[in-house]
Amino acid sequence: MVNLLKSVIGNVFSKPGTRRYPVEKRIPFAGSRGHVEMDPSTCVFCGICARKCPANALTVSRDPKSWTLEPYRCIVCGHCADTCPKKSITMNPNHGLPGGV
Amino acid sequence: MPGSKSIIPFGPQHPVFPEPLQLRLVMEDEKVVEALPAIGYVHRGIEKLAEKKEYTQNIFLVERICGICSFMHALAYCQGIEELMAVTVPDRARYLRVIWSELHRLHSHLLWLGLLADSFGFESLFMQSWRSREAIMDIMEATAGGRVIISTCIIGGTRRDISDELLAGVLKTVDDLERELEIIRPVVFDDYSVKQRLVGVGRITQEQAHDLGAVGPVARACGIAMDFRTTGYSAYKEIKVSPVTETGGDAYARALVRVREMYQSIDIVRQAVRDIPAGDIAAPAKGNPEGEVISRVEQPRGEVVYYIKGDGTKHLERLRVRTPTFANMAPLLAMLPGCELANVPVIVLSIDPCISCTER
Amino acid sequence: MGSIDAIEISLDNLLQEVSGKHRQGYRFVTMTCTDVGDGYDILYHFDKDYELFNLRLYLKKGEELPSISSIFFAALLAENEIKDLFGIPVKDLAIDYGGRFLLTEDAPAAPMGKGCSKSIDIRLQGAPEEEGK
Repeated sequence: MVNLLKSVIGNVFSKPGTRRYPVEKRIPFAGSRGHVEMDPSTCVFCGICARKCPANALTVSRDPKSWTLEPYRCIVCGHCADTCPKKSITMNPNHGLPGGV
Repeated sequence: MPGSKSIIPFGPQHPVFPEPLQLRLVMEDEKVVEALPAIGYVHRGIEKLAEKKEYTQNIFLVERICGICSFMHALAYCQGIEELMAVTVPDRARYLRVIWSELHRLHSHLLWLGLLADSFGFESLFMQSWRSREAIMDIMEATAGGRVIISTCIIGGTRRDISDELLAGVLKTVDDLERELEIIRPVVFDDYSVKQRLVGVGRITQEQAHDLGAVGPVARACGIAMDFRTTGYSAYKEIKVSPVTETGGDAYARALVRVREMYQSIDIVRQAVRDIPAGDIAAPAKGNPEGEVISRVEQPRGEVVYYIKGDGTKHLERLRVRTPTFANMAPLLAMLPGCELANVPVIVLSIDPCISCTER
Repeated sequence: MGSIDAIEISLDNLLQEVSGKHRQGYRFVTMTCTDVGDGYDILYHFDKDYELFNLRLYLKKGEELPSISSIFFAALLAENEIKDLFGIPVKDLAIDYGGRFLLTEDAPAAPMGKGCSKSIDIRLQGAPEEEGK
């Protein structure tokens, strides 16, 4: 038990190792897979992302033009962003807010 | 006068087990006479689902079998499919895969150390080792995009590259971790109270371990020098690994093996970062998998076996996964008889159980 | 095109072959079962010095499989799993869970077999669970 005593006393007198959220927000890493974002201006509604999604979270139709993502099914893998031919899907590093906002 | 027999159901909800596992213990006073496991609380039918999805989507399915060894599940699957489709993985991708695999091994052993300490009431060691683990989670998020499920292995290589500054970040994380391990190591190896709880607990002999099919650190702690990394898959052809063995066969020996493996992983990461060649990170893969193959990888808990059968279409005919905890359940049943009730959590946690892997 | 080396055996010499492997010092790795229509393709995998040795057995539907748990105790977990998921009757198990190793009472019988096509579709927004065939 004496072996960890030095470390324990050091922890008591040093500053806290946790961040004071929500006063200080965490800046996500650049390549982080936070949530899926789509740019409607470049999308052609081909439906490739919906076919490739492993979790069946995307529904795309050409007529009428619609693109829906079910946020509770999405596993944030980024496969849709890799396979989109027009590169209109990107991964935003910030963690997605509840309800898919 | 014989003691009174009673049956205690240990689990499935128990504060010391991280995952649901029920052990029906037949007790005589305070000693365990017999143990019967009951699993099936987290069976998700992953093998059946793998037949319904395309073989490229299966990577995301397979890495979610377990959160701790997730990259190595994807690695074993991709290696099997690459062998079926005759794809050669480029050198840089092989080294990147080894770096991520060894980071997974480090964070898995740190998680295990915390849980083992928690099982005999040593909360400080639990908090300290999980705090050290946070640094590895951060570097995995910086390099791969996720803290736990990193989704970077694809058929033919890896999805992402690690830039030179991030490689320097990996080295810094590993150096900091080595300093923190120097504080933790004497606690596990030399501390009087820790040794009282671990030495002689859950002992099996080398013959028993071989007969019951033990894999991973459970077998290595009995003196069986078996480490699948020595066969040279991925970049282990160039990076030599020798198995870390002990001869005690009890929980203390398993703890020693895992802490020494952490130091070994740190050396492997340093060597991989130093020797990584430049080049492509993925080779194109054409066609569909056809035929059957068995692919094996050394996970933190032992050897995982993947049997993949493809029939030439986008859907696989059969995917079978034998995880290391499934193989270590039989030695667990041999360790429990004769121990006291208070040592049952220590013994169960010393084999490093991952019940979500066992049941898929 | 990949393939694995496997020696074909039949129900008669199964126990004899497995005892032979046990005497030669092989370690039991696992068992694999695939439903191929009118029967099952069962593979036994053994390992020695990192080399795999496989035995292949073709079992017709309805035939009983003798257990090898008297030779390799560790095999009983894989055999109980095959009994649950494929519905294959296995006799002489060292510990028999009676079909409840992995599945519960209200699970579909033999879910990994080709005959089972039950699917559960879960819809969001409070809609009731639908079970479709």
